[in-house]
Amino acid sequence: MKTDAPLLEIKNLCLSYFTRAGEVPAVIDFSLSMKAGECVGLVGESGCGKSTVAMGIMRYMGNNGDIVGGTVHYKGRDMAALSRQKLRKLRGAEIAIVYQEPMAALNPSLTIETQLIEVPMYHEGISATEARRRAIEILEDVRLPDAELMLSKYPHQLSGGQQQRIVIAMALLSNPSLLLLDEPTTALDVTVEAGIVSLIAELSKKYGTALLYISHNLGLILKVCDRVCVMYSGEVIEQGSITEVFNAPRHPYTHSLFDCIPLPGANKTTRPLVPIRGQLPLTHERPKGCNFGPRCDHYQPGLCNRDNIPLEPIDGDHLGRCMRWQDIRWSKKESAAQTAPPAPVGKKVLHVDNIQKYYPVHDRSIGAVISGKGVRYVKANETLTFSARRQETVAIVGESGCGKSTFAKVLMGLETATNGNIYFNGDEIARKSVQKRTARQLSSLQMIFQNPDDTLNPSISVGGHIARVIRKFGVETEPVKIEERVNQLLDLVKLPREFASRRPRQLSGGQKQRVGIARAFAGNPAMVVADEPISALDVSVQAAVAELLMDIQRKQGTTLLFISHDLSVVRYLADRVIVMYLGKIMESGTTSEIFSPPYHPYTEALLSAIPIADPNIKKRHIVLEGAPPSVLETPEGCPFHTRCPRKLGTICERDAPPVQRLSEEHSISCHIPLEDLNRFEAVIQSVS
Amino acid sequence: MTDKNYLAARGYNAVFLRALKSIALLRESIFGMIGAALILFWVVIAIFAPIIAPHPPNATIHPFALPGVTGPNGEFFLLGTDMIGRDILSRIIWGSRTVLLYAPAATLTAYVVGITMGLAAGYLRGWADDILSRISDIILSFPVLVLYILIIATLGSSGINIIIAVTFASAPGIMRIVRGLVLDLRNRDYVAAAQTRGENAWYIMLVEILPNARGPLIVDACLRLGYVIITIGVLGFLGLGLPPPDPDWGGMINETRSMALAFPHMTVIPCIAISSLILGFNLLADGLREISLRD
Amino acid sequence: MLIFVGKRIGFMILTMVVVSMLLFLLLEITPGNVAVKVLGPYSSEEQRNLWLEAHGYFEPFYLRYFTWLANFATGNFGDSIRFKVPVADVLWPRLGNTAILGIATFAVMIPLSLFLGVLAGMREGSKLDRSISLISIITTSIPEFASAVFISAVLVFWLNLLPGTSTMSDGFDILQIILPALVLVIYDFGYVTRMTRASMAEVMTTQYIRTAILKGLPYHRVVIRHAMRNALIAPFTVIMLQINWLLSGVIVVEFFFAYKGFGALLLEASLNQDIYLIEACAMVAVFVAVATQTIADIGYTFLNPRIRFG
Repeated sequence: MKTDAPLLEIKNLCLSYFTRAGEVPAVIDFSLSMKAGECVGLVGESGCGKSTVAMGIMRYMGNNGDIVGGTVHYKGRDMAALSRQKLRKLRGAEIAIVYQEPMAALNPSLTIETQLIEVPMYHEGISATEARRRAIEILEDVRLPDAELMLSKYPHQLSGGQQQRIVIAMALLSNPSLLLLDEPTTALDVTVEAGIVSLIAELSKKYGTALLYISHNLGLILKVCDRVCVMYSGEVIEQGSITEVFNAPRHPYTHSLFDCIPLPGANKTTRPLVPIRGQLPLTHERPKGCNFGPRCDHYQPGLCNRDNIPLEPIDGDHLGRCMRWQDIRWSKKESAAQTAPPAPVGKKVLHVDNIQKYYPVHDRSIGAVISGKGVRYVKANETLTFSARRQETVAIVGESGCGKSTFAKVLMGLETATNGNIYFNGDEIARKSVQKRTARQLSSLQMIFQNPDDTLNPSISVGGHIARVIRKFGVETEPVKIEERVNQLLDLVKLPREFASRRPRQLSGGQKQRVGIARAFAGNPAMVVADEPISALDVSVQAAVAELLMDIQRKQGTTLLFISHDLSVVRYLADRVIVMYLGKIMESGTTSEIFSPPYHPYTEALLSAIPIADPNIKKRHIVLEGAPPSVLETPEGCPFHTRCPRKLGTICERDAPPVQRLSEEHSISCHIPLEDLNRFEAVIQSVS
Repeated sequence: MTDKNYLAARGYNAVFLRALKSIALLRESIFGMIGAALILFWVVIAIFAPIIAPHPPNATIHPFALPGVTGPNGEFFLLGTDMIGRDILSRIIWGSRTVLLYAPAATLTAYVVGITMGLAAGYLRGWADDILSRISDIILSFPVLVLYILIIATLGSSGINIIIAVTFASAPGIMRIVRGLVLDLRNRDYVAAAQTRGENAWYIMLVEILPNARGPLIVDACLRLGYVIITIGVLGFLGLGLPPPDPDWGGMINETRSMALAFPHMTVIPCIAISSLILGFNLLADGLREISLRD
Repeated sequence: MLIFVGKRIGFMILTMVVVSMLLFLLLEITPGNVAVKVLGPYSSEEQRNLWLEAHGYFEPFYLRYFTWLANFATGNFGDSIRFKVPVADVLWPRLGNTAILGIATFAVMIPLSLFLGVLAGMREGSKLDRSISLISIITTSIPEFASAVFISAVLVFWLNLLPGTSTMSDGFDILQIILPALVLVIYDFGYVTRMTRASMAEVMTTQYIRTAILKGLPYHRVVIRHAMRNALIAPFTVIMLQINWLLSGVIVVEFFFAYKGFGALLLEASLNQDIYLIEACAMVAVFVAVATQTIADIGYTFLNPRIRFG
């Protein structure tokens, strides 16, 4: 029943944390009005305060945080004036929250049943048997089969997707009117994420629950929400309906954000991404006036550095916090990004031939020893075959458990292959671990790692990291020359030279990743393996680092092996793509071949699952049921048959699928005959 | 700045500056400050013992004097004398030297051995880990004092033997801690980066891993110094410590406890001395842990 | 799970065997020394050889070891040099006395430290937490012999409330247990309290506790049902290992208060080079230590659902 009184009314909310260093404002002047059943998205990058808003609404800011200004009214009641008792009654029953990491959010020592039934038992006073019945009902609603069995399990026995469904069920058990979702799918695989997101949308309609969906991913917000608030460094800088904000953003930040996400139209040579320069301001170093000012191309001193820039209406409900929104003309033509001619591709540098990597798992239980099956194998890589040429960017794409990281380890020598060969510049290296490789082999094959916080040794300076590589590979030996080379590399990755004496903890995530890149390229490698190099970075920084990689690759002629789960980035960067699932290659080909039909059914599902932040693009909706099978028990025949929406029949369960060559580069590993594959419709149907 | 130049030119300076900064950091924890003050107090006393102590520690002057009493020849006994006539104040002052000499020495050797074992077990794994872990499990399965008594009873009591006993008994515990830290740190990406550069195992262990484990190890070192001081005290108390007549706080307590009914000061004062020193280390350890958690 | 228990027990037995070998090596490797210790320094060469012959010391080493081990396993520990009776006659009663002391200590210490530790950890950084932590640090900084001195000075000499020694010469007297147990409790409760506090504080900052609070559960349920279940796993292990510590701790306390316990026995044996007594005491001490460690390991695995249910 939708009344007109707002369900949640937040006015000029200011939230701050009090540390020993003083007051740190996390959220400044946040206003939002939500009606019952509405879905509002809250978008922003790290440090923008979106999660703090959720905690502020719940009034759970810990010992050192508090509301320092503004009001939060829920169903007309002032949240700040509520007693502890009333607040407790509100939490869980009226306002519920779904968290980012489902495993951490569930108590590892209590069964699912206990954790579910205590919600209605404490809020509505019902009996345990009644609560149990309700729990089973809701488990069916969140599409978890075998509800009775599920209740008796512990959280660690479930997969990530199942855990998140439990958390959602737990939140909805007492029929709250408002559901806060704090990045609920960030920790999940893309195909699982798609299922959860559609579930959330469906449940919201069914129960009439209002949603506040917090995310950094604009594509997800598009799927679920009707309205959106964009936050930057503690403030809302733009707000409005989805169509308004996504089609015609009026704030320079929002506009630049759309320009730096790899949407389907972007192309690294003809329509490159436009990175946002600079980085996010630290909470205690916010600039005077507009927080986005230092990074904005339309900054006007005198106007934009005035204090207290208000959130003004641009067009009805479309609000913006910009002094110049009326003056700026947003042109539709290509922005002033550097376009570069495509690099010529050279001869083969890497040839991978039937690589197989098995990990033995010893099962020492009595039953296993007796039946002779004492050792089982994790088949991490199975019959991987592909090659890469000089100056090419080859991407390996897959979800968790597909074996791409294992393959990277085998390639780098951190593991040795069980079977098969890898030819790198003519040398066979599959069975040579790092200790056995020559210095030349080591220096010509380097790696960039995923997590910027882990990639640098906290006890060594930035310059020290790079210098060590230079000396180790003998690129230079004299101290003066080494120092010069370090400075050259810092220039290459666009970091100021004085960073050489800084420690990693003084750098931001993006800066640390640049040092990692400088370190990888310090020895002039012929090939660099980049393992999810930008996944852990903020969206506005991802574009800059991706462009940097492309730039260095062009200058140095390096081959890049780009491992990722993010198909949007892969479509943008890669020349050729390899799609992996449970250790096997499902499809491989050039980028345009992969992203247009014919597809492998898994590729098709992946493409459908990627969130795309363009409201004018229509996608076919394919949701995979179930979770990927455990890596210990890879299915016989085609590994994808347990979830494949196009499964033919028992042939998929019995026989390994043949590798069908559709063109010189393009091959698909599937039983579906070629004529049928050719009849697949495109997943992405662009309208504009 | 190149790696080597930077270290060489700034090496000692850097370490010194960082030490000063850490001391300044201590200001954030009251417990840590008090602890550091207590320790400093005893260190100063130990260093300046020959100058501060009013009487020779083993000279038998005037027995059974209560604190504050003046002897027949005008000697002043601030803390009284024991039943043989030795000035307690001087014995306490000289006793601090014994403790503050052997405890750090023993702890240091225990750490060198323990860290080496822990690095090898945690990083190299394989048979090195199996053997070292088994050995340390076996040593750790002895109740600690039982182990000490067995060793001292077999080897005899002397300063060096105490250091050997402490090293033998403490190294396995240190090894376990270091091994745990190494097992965690070896999965970091920067270790993988070093491996793909072809760095050898000892470089990785000493340059990439060990410096990043220093936080918990420093806290543990303070605590362990406290335990070692207790051990030295207990061994002295049980008669297994340094041979007399060297003043040894534990020994002093044991010798004088039969007099406690009439002359409690003889035995209570060394108890206060040793407790305050141990308290200093424990407070410092707690303060350091608090600071490292806040970082 | 069964295999795990079996492995742990197997390892326990292995440790005992290795320790027995080391002990045997240490103490009985030179028959000459043994004879001197048994018969005294004034015995003649001939007397010693006769004795050595009679006790099988001229047999090959491994044979001596296995005979000794077999004897040991059946309870025949040899004769004590000092007490001139079979070791077993002295050992078991003394072990029983120490057990009584241990039970008295744990009966007070465990509830006290768990209670204080949970209170302190529940509200980390509060005044209560700081006070409990400070008291814990202070009490663990006073070695047992020092706290024994302080307590005696107050309760025995000044206030005259309790007897100063605990020889139990007139049969069991509960008043004589109080002081030794009190010293042990004072020294040890601080450590267990701090471990419990650390575990509880860590659990209270986890995300699942945040979930429980934001589900609107009453605070007492969050603490008792959600937090303590996880927080008490680590202290359980710590407490089991305190039994191991107890064997060390009682040595000083029994020595101080002249309590006829196992610790004092071991000390006397070592000081007097009473070889068979030392061997027996050491083996028993190690057995208790290893057994409690094994139980702690198995218990930890059992209590932690992640490990138990795979």
